[in-house]
Amino acid sequence: MELILALAIGILVGSGVWLMLRPRSYQVIIGLCLLAYGVNLFIFAMGRLYIGGAPIMPKGGFVDPSAYADPMPQALVLTAIVISFATTALFLVLMIAARGATGTDHVDGRERHS
Amino acid sequence: MMNDGTMPDHLMIAPILIPLVAGAIMLFYNDRNRQTKLIMGLVAVGLTFLASVELMSGVKSVTEQGGTVVGLYRLGDWPVPIGIVLVLDRLSAMMVMLTALLAAPSLIYAAAGWHGKGQHYHSMFQFLLAGVNGSFLTGDLFNLFVFFEVMLAASYGLMLHGSGPERIKAGLHYLAVNLAASLFFLIGVALVYGTTGTLNMADIGRALYWLDDAERLLFHAAATFLGLAFLIKAAAWPLCFWLPPTYGAASPPAAAIMAIMTKVGIYVILRLSLLVLGPDAGPSAGFGAPVLMIGGVLTMGFGMIGILGTPELVRKGGYLAIISSGTVLASIGFAQAGGGSSMLGGALYYMVGSTAAISAFFLIADPVSRNDEGDDDAPVETDGFDPLSERWAPMGLGTVEDTTAPASHRTVSWLTMAICFSLVAAMIAGLPPMPGFIGKFAILRGAVQDNLPTSGHLPVILWAYAAMLILSGLGALIALMRFGIRRFWAEEGPAPRILALEVVPVVLLLGMIGLQTVRSDALLGYTNATASALLEPGVYRRAVLAGAQDVRAAPVQSLAPDPQPQTQTQTTQEEAE
Repeated sequence: MELILALAIGILVGSGVWLMLRPRSYQVIIGLCLLAYGVNLFIFAMGRLYIGGAPIMPKGGFVDPSAYADPMPQALVLTAIVISFATTALFLVLMIAARGATGTDHVDGRERHS
Repeated sequence: MMNDGTMPDHLMIAPILIPLVAGAIMLFYNDRNRQTKLIMGLVAVGLTFLASVELMSGVKSVTEQGGTVVGLYRLGDWPVPIGIVLVLDRLSAMMVMLTALLAAPSLIYAAAGWHGKGQHYHSMFQFLLAGVNGSFLTGDLFNLFVFFEVMLAASYGLMLHGSGPERIKAGLHYLAVNLAASLFFLIGVALVYGTTGTLNMADIGRALYWLDDAERLLFHAAATFLGLAFLIKAAAWPLCFWLPPTYGAASPPAAAIMAIMTKVGIYVILRLSLLVLGPDAGPSAGFGAPVLMIGGVLTMGFGMIGILGTPELVRKGGYLAIISSGTVLASIGFAQAGGGSSMLGGALYYMVGSTAAISAFFLIADPVSRNDEGDDDAPVETDGFDPLSERWAPMGLGTVEDTTAPASHRTVSWLTMAICFSLVAAMIAGLPPMPGFIGKFAILRGAVQDNLPTSGHLPVILWAYAAMLILSGLGALIALMRFGIRRFWAEEGPAPRILALEVVPVVLLLGMIGLQTVRSDALLGYTNATASALLEPGVYRRAVLAGAQDVRAAPVQSLAPDPQPQTQTQTTQEEAE
């Protein structure tokens, strides 16, 4: 499981970084999305990996915590997902505005050889 | 705690809540009521300022009575390492006050017409203030991320305010850079949680003590990621290329308030590097200090070259912000490496003055370069509008529905502008008796006084820093003088029409700078005490963790807030100091 998760994060982040360095704004936004996915999985993994462990303890809380998954990264990742989703939406709007204002989807607003 | 823990000090959350609520209330009004919103905004800023004065005097009086220097506010009254806390100390009180002081001039300037160039200027402005104040006050790393995002989201809106192709282009870059930086921030936060098991800044410092070598390596990786994220926000070389185009493209009042945003990055670096990786951090002590020292000096050099090289006055302001960042960053590095507190105190004094000066510079740069058709310093007029008519009309895309006339039509003479510009330039260049000079002098004196006796000679990097400190001032002086001579002396033809509303904020900021000179002993005393408090992170840590339960040592415990005051008695775990 660790290997699969590590590979997944690695591939997501790697492709994200590569796409983010591309000149088209659409590639940049997809790259940022992939990066955000990779980072979110990474945050999730930082709470250690559990199989079948519930993150919420029953009322009272007097239980063996080792049988439960760490709820903290799950809360963190939820916040991170919401924030990255919102900023990605904003980026998308800006991307369309830039396309309309400059007439090209190059991130610098002009083609390199023109 | 500031009042013995019987009653939480609710005033501490006021600098976050006031702008947040004010900004939210404004959303209920039609955006055409800009004058109403302006007044509401000014009232909110005034209230925030009063709250910050009260907080600062509280911090000062507690310090004088010999109490702990740190105020604590538990959000939701959750026990300390679990819940999110707001922490108030001298540094955060000072930064909150500085934010309020910079906000008012920027708002007044916006009343000259800029707030009519798009939607919801005033709401976004207030949300920006809430995010900035939250970043200064929070004591939790993830909460810091949330406030950072609040601040950034508002700044995206403010940066794009007024629209137009130039702004959209610069905004696209700004957004991409900051999204990437936020992801670095998240990786760092996750690694910190994975290694130390806590996100409370004070608790991280304590948990660091117990890490073994492998975990410490991971923690250093986390610190590197966090440092990368904050150095991007603080605009340290080579992570600062986004700043001049962004600030140059933003509308002047937005750029003026965004001058505090680079200081948020610096604040976090200052806070974390001294609290977590400070002198008492064992094997991690001083981690990252060389990067800050060398990076700071290089940043100053880059800023100096940039300000001499760029033709546009507004962009020069961006490079000035970079120079100011570099100056403070380098002295944080020296302080972290054990360079003494008086240098850091001087740097904090310098930071207050230079932030105000940069804010004033952004406000004055637009009026004085209006109608400018000079050869070497010509600003780029991309759209062929008549600049004066363009000011009150929708610009760029047809996204702006309505235009508002300025709140007052009084104009000022060109001579007033020349005087204001020369005063701002003198402050930025660090000429006596401006605070820029006093701050740089205090840094140099601290550098020599604290480091000469210990080793007998100054290290090379300190020499480089001292040289850059003087040279960067010289560079700024040359660049601004060239502009001033050409624009105010050599140019003929009618002077542009400049509204009084555009000069009043600059005069206010100049008054603040003047006050800083007159009361420099008081402020320098305050910043010196702040610096020495920052270099004793144990006090901060003890104050925050005074009632903390150690969750790792006692795993079988109800961690929910208990109706019976049972949790109070089980506290007082030993602190690893």
